Amino acid sequence: MAEEIEQRLTSERDINMDKDESESSDYAEMWIELFLGRKGHEYFCEVDSDYITDRFNLINLQRSVSKFTQVVQYIVDELDESTLENMPRQRLEQLEKDARKFYGLIHARYIITVKGLQKMLIKYKDADFGRCLRVYCNFQPLLPVGLHDVPGEDCVKLYCPSCEDLYNPKSSRHASIDGAYFGTSFPGMFLQAYPEMTPKHPVKRYVPKIFGFELHKQAQLSRWQELQRLKLVKKLEDKKVDLNKSGGYKLLEG
Amino acid sequence: MSTEYIDNNSRSSDEDSGTYDEWIPSFCSRFGHEYFCRVPTDFIEDDFNMTSLAQEVPHYRKALDLILDLEDVSDDESQGQNSYDQDGDHNMESSKEKDNKGKTQIVNRSIIEHAAEQLYGLIHARFILTKQGLQAMAEKFDHKQFGTCPRYYCNGMQLLPCGLSDTIGKHTVRLYCPSCQDLYLPQSSRFLCLEGAYWGTSFPGVFLKHFKELEDYVERKGKESYQLKVFGFKIADQAISGQRMKWLRQYPSTEEEWDEFAKCEFELPQP
Repeated sequence: MAEEIEQRLTSERDINMDKDESESSDYAEMWIELFLGRKGHEYFCEVDSDYITDRFNLINLQRSVSKFTQVVQYIVDELDESTLENMPRQRLEQLEKDARKFYGLIHARYIITVKGLQKMLIKYKDADFGRCLRVYCNFQPLLPVGLHDVPGEDCVKLYCPSCEDLYNPKSSRHASIDGAYFGTSFPGMFLQAYPEMTPKHPVKRYVPKIFGFELHKQAQLSRWQELQRLKLVKKLEDKKVDLNKSGGYKLLEG
Repeated sequence: MSTEYIDNNSRSSDEDSGTYDEWIPSFCSRFGHEYFCRVPTDFIEDDFNMTSLAQEVPHYRKALDLILDLEDVSDDESQGQNSYDQDGDHNMESSKEKDNKGKTQIVNRSIIEHAAEQLYGLIHARFILTKQGLQAMAEKFDHKQFGTCPRYYCNGMQLLPCGLSDTIGKHTVRLYCPSCQDLYLPQSSRFLCLEGAYWGTSFPGVFLKHFKELEDYVERKGKESYQLKVFGFKIADQAISGQRMKWLRQYPSTEEEWDEFAKCEFELPQP
């Protein structure tokens, strides 16, 4: 408890201190740009500095890092250069680490705003998050998703809007990103905002065969699963859902 | 079996101590050929195993000689002659080849090399369905050499290579996951252009039936699946982004569902 109070005090002190030296220094490159350009950070989009500095957006994030205000200023490059220079190496490393974590957490909030969704839409269209490896999904672009909103629980996963399943990222560099930096709600929000981006779901599937004959157990299961699908189709048709548009089924060719 | 076979065998085993000749190991250790296992030469030398392959691969004889490393030795004229004689009994093409021997020698080596790769691939597809071949593939499977399933809930299940067609030039290789029973593309681009027929359509099925314990293991695995949520709330079925693919990863769980499952034994019942 005492620690917490001390932390709050220091952060308040930071605010006061930084008010005095509000002039922004010229960095050769912005921190965010550097962060985004780093290898393995291809999934992240650029968060507006206006969004980061708006305190309303940071509610409940204060306690996620120490010296929260300093971290925010470090991210938007408003931290005075002399402060940075006087900082011991260890503290600087900690600051960089905190900044990355903090950026991730703001990022998770930003990408479900209108602006953030637009930026992610461009990335989705460019298939920056990779494509589904499932054969019948036909190279469907994926969407990043976390399984927890708390950092440090699990790594980022990829959601395929076509088969509605969860996949591990291809590259280990991406597989080590915290899932909380994208949040659990992102793909859901994304598809709500851009329903036309929902593909038609493929119905075709694979049953292993030996010399042309399907394996019985697997074939039986696939028949049962098809039965479940037909039941769902009936239910949806009763509710007058148009299954010929996006979100419907891509039936077998021919 | 003709005496020449025995001669050939003893000659090759004298030269290099292993049972394998040179071409096959070098082909299998090439970059991007990690999915191939080594086919023993005695499997290839058995003409029964080669039935009808001569019609599918151009320059069959020369390609076969290349695979078995008989070609390099044949600058020794008499032995080269031997290998042609012995084939004459079984193969009409080779007698034709013998007539235009001068002409066939001009055939570019790279064409023969290509034909040899095709032939080896087709032999490979047959070999991996034999007991010995399944054993060799199981070893690769255990070492995750075909990669692991990208699906999160499959928990890194090993994959099995699989073709969608048994003839060359139709489809590239796919990977079958015994856990989610689905088909995936290889993660690494170096496997994306491998011919699917080199593993064949029957391999995953035969593998599953041969190693029963794999099916049992998969059955015991967790059957979790994912559902999209926004702030912890499910998305309505009627919504465009509503859940439409649940069936794909669904397994019967309640008694009612098992009854339904039993009805699906031979045909799809009317819903």
